[in-house]
Amino acid sequence: MGNDPAIRVRDLGKRYRIGQIAPYKTLRDAIAHAVFSRFRRTGSNPAGRAGAPSSPGSKDYIWALRNVSFEVQHGDAVGVIGPNGAGKSTLLKVLSRITEPTEGWAQIRGRVSSLLEVGTGFHHELTGRENIFLNGAILGMTRAEIERKFEDIVKFAEIEKFIDTPVKWYSDGMRVRLGFAVAAHLEPEILIVDEVLAVGDAAFQRKCLGKMEGVASEGRTVIFVSHNMAAIQNLCTVAYGLDHGRIFATGNVNDVITQYLENYDRLPIVPLGDRTDRRGTGKVRLTGVSISGAMSSSDTIVCGSPVTFGIAYEAAQRFREVDMSVFFYDQYGTCVLVAASDILGKTFAEIKERGKFFCRFDKFPMLPGTYRLALDCSVKGVAADFIKDAVTIHVVEGDYYGSGKLPPKGWGHVAASHDWDLETDSGPPAA
Amino acid sequence: MATEFPSEHVVTIRPTRGWVPVNLRELWAYRELLYFLVWRDVKVRYKQTVLGVIWVVIQPLFMALVFTFIFGQLKGISVPGVSFVLFAFTALLPWNLFTRGLSEGSTSLVANERLVTKVYFPRLLLPASAVAAGLVDFTIGLGVLATLMLYFRVVPTIAILAFPFFVFAVILAAMGIAFLLSAVDARYRDVRYTLPFLTLLWLFATPIFYPLSLVDEGWRWLYALNPMVGVTEGFRWAMLGGAYTLDPALTAVSLAVAAGIFVAGLFYFTRTERRFADTV
Repeated sequence: MGNDPAIRVRDLGKRYRIGQIAPYKTLRDAIAHAVFSRFRRTGSNPAGRAGAPSSPGSKDYIWALRNVSFEVQHGDAVGVIGPNGAGKSTLLKVLSRITEPTEGWAQIRGRVSSLLEVGTGFHHELTGRENIFLNGAILGMTRAEIERKFEDIVKFAEIEKFIDTPVKWYSDGMRVRLGFAVAAHLEPEILIVDEVLAVGDAAFQRKCLGKMEGVASEGRTVIFVSHNMAAIQNLCTVAYGLDHGRIFATGNVNDVITQYLENYDRLPIVPLGDRTDRRGTGKVRLTGVSISGAMSSSDTIVCGSPVTFGIAYEAAQRFREVDMSVFFYDQYGTCVLVAASDILGKTFAEIKERGKFFCRFDKFPMLPGTYRLALDCSVKGVAADFIKDAVTIHVVEGDYYGSGKLPPKGWGHVAASHDWDLETDSGPPAA
Repeated sequence: MATEFPSEHVVTIRPTRGWVPVNLRELWAYRELLYFLVWRDVKVRYKQTVLGVIWVVIQPLFMALVFTFIFGQLKGISVPGVSFVLFAFTALLPWNLFTRGLSEGSTSLVANERLVTKVYFPRLLLPASAVAAGLVDFTIGLGVLATLMLYFRVVPTIAILAFPFFVFAVILAAMGIAFLLSAVDARYRDVRYTLPFLTLLWLFATPIFYPLSLVDEGWRWLYALNPMVGVTEGFRWAMLGGAYTLDPALTAVSLAVAAGIFVAGLFYFTRTERRFADTV
């Protein structure tokens, strides 16, 4: 096999016409377009060739991918991270041969399976058994292969009892389990996986991740897109950061993730200016909250990742001795954590008329769940502005402890760094 | 575990332009998927119906009876040799195979949009399997035809051996049009609204409920450009025996057109295939 990489990509680009989703859905429009564009062409550029990128930078086009080059060695597990709309899915679609690139090329050595969606091609009228065969064939398995793995697939999906029930009666969870179970039993040399682990319950997600780790450790090549940073950290040996269709970072997984978190994925500000349900003297007015850090979506934070809350304010004048606190409430309204400047001994000596408080967590300690935040600003110990339920955050699983594990749901709300040691008596055992 | 990676499995992905050859080797590699897609269509077709597969028998039989009632009463129309029901039913068999393939095949890319945008496989399999799935209904219809022939005591001649050849021609024509229209449908949904008219016009242009003799001899060459003309006549000749003869020139024209449509559809499909996932 030599030293040829599993995947070699050079200057890959994919251009979409803006509004390609619904370009001209009727022939009439297309004919009109054809006529007019012909006029334009004969007018300005008689030699103009259709299909040639007449003006690649023009407004009508958008490059979902541009100048993307990289190599993936056999056995590498590559994580692709980037904000929504960065071109991650387009990259996977081009590598899976679902859509053609506009320029550049890619060479792939080995049998590829791509899993861009769980349960593609399931027919809701067919039974679980029938769908296993259909889905397996669609994903590229032979009938003999499916028959051989059938028992394992059913067991993995945990749907033994419902195998002869039409899939339309399945719950969403069952459908996802079945879909992943089929895909998990593919034996490709190269596995391309889009964000498919976002579905299903946490326990099954863990099982899927375990299966994928197995695939990676068997020396297969994996390309994996996920918003789950912990999953990428656990699974991948290399990471690419992608944004605006270009690769901005390559290499060590942790470095790329850090770079990504620093530069991208900032949350739009939650405005608070219009809130009337506030208490306090009103000397200071909190106007908005922004959260930046390892977000898998705009209000979802990954446990154990660095997170910064930015709290914007306006004040009538300069004030001295100002404190800012963030209260975290669980779903029952119990306060489970307070981050307060005065408790840290970080009372702000003086604030100007306008500015922003920052509250930074190196490792966000809240365990997975939904929390409501209250904000409290006080001047010289007197409440100036207090807003309850200022913002709601969702925390998802992450690798707080570096062990890949978190306590099960219901075992507390907050993670805290700690350590374990063992001390044994050094003398000989008593006879 | 050290896995050996066969380096012979190399795929190069790059932009293509213009006409692209049909990748026969790949189609062959995916033959099992064709089977499963046909199997799915057949399985799903009559789910959640009370009569189920009986519909396959009822539909053409009912159609033949209705038209017998209408056309059979017209004095001007006389059909050679056999009862009008048999005359009509024999032609409806390939016709239903054809039109079903047309309608299912032409909308197959859009109907399977999830597959097209999420998985790679030769897209030709979608219209091809939609057309091929009609063969199951067709086979059941053949059983009905055999029963009718027994009832009317019609004995086929040696010409029956030519019958698979005409089935093949129907498939060629239906697939060719399905390739063409499904590729257009992936971009312009106008296709599905045009189909009913197209099918209706085509029905009138095919000697199903009237004999070929109604068409002026001078115009038959033009008429034969409709591949279903040659197929319909061929079917009657193959199944109904002595009363029918085959016009070799007319048959040749129809079959050549069927083959031409197939090739044209195939090339148009593979040429536009690269756009499907982006436009469907």
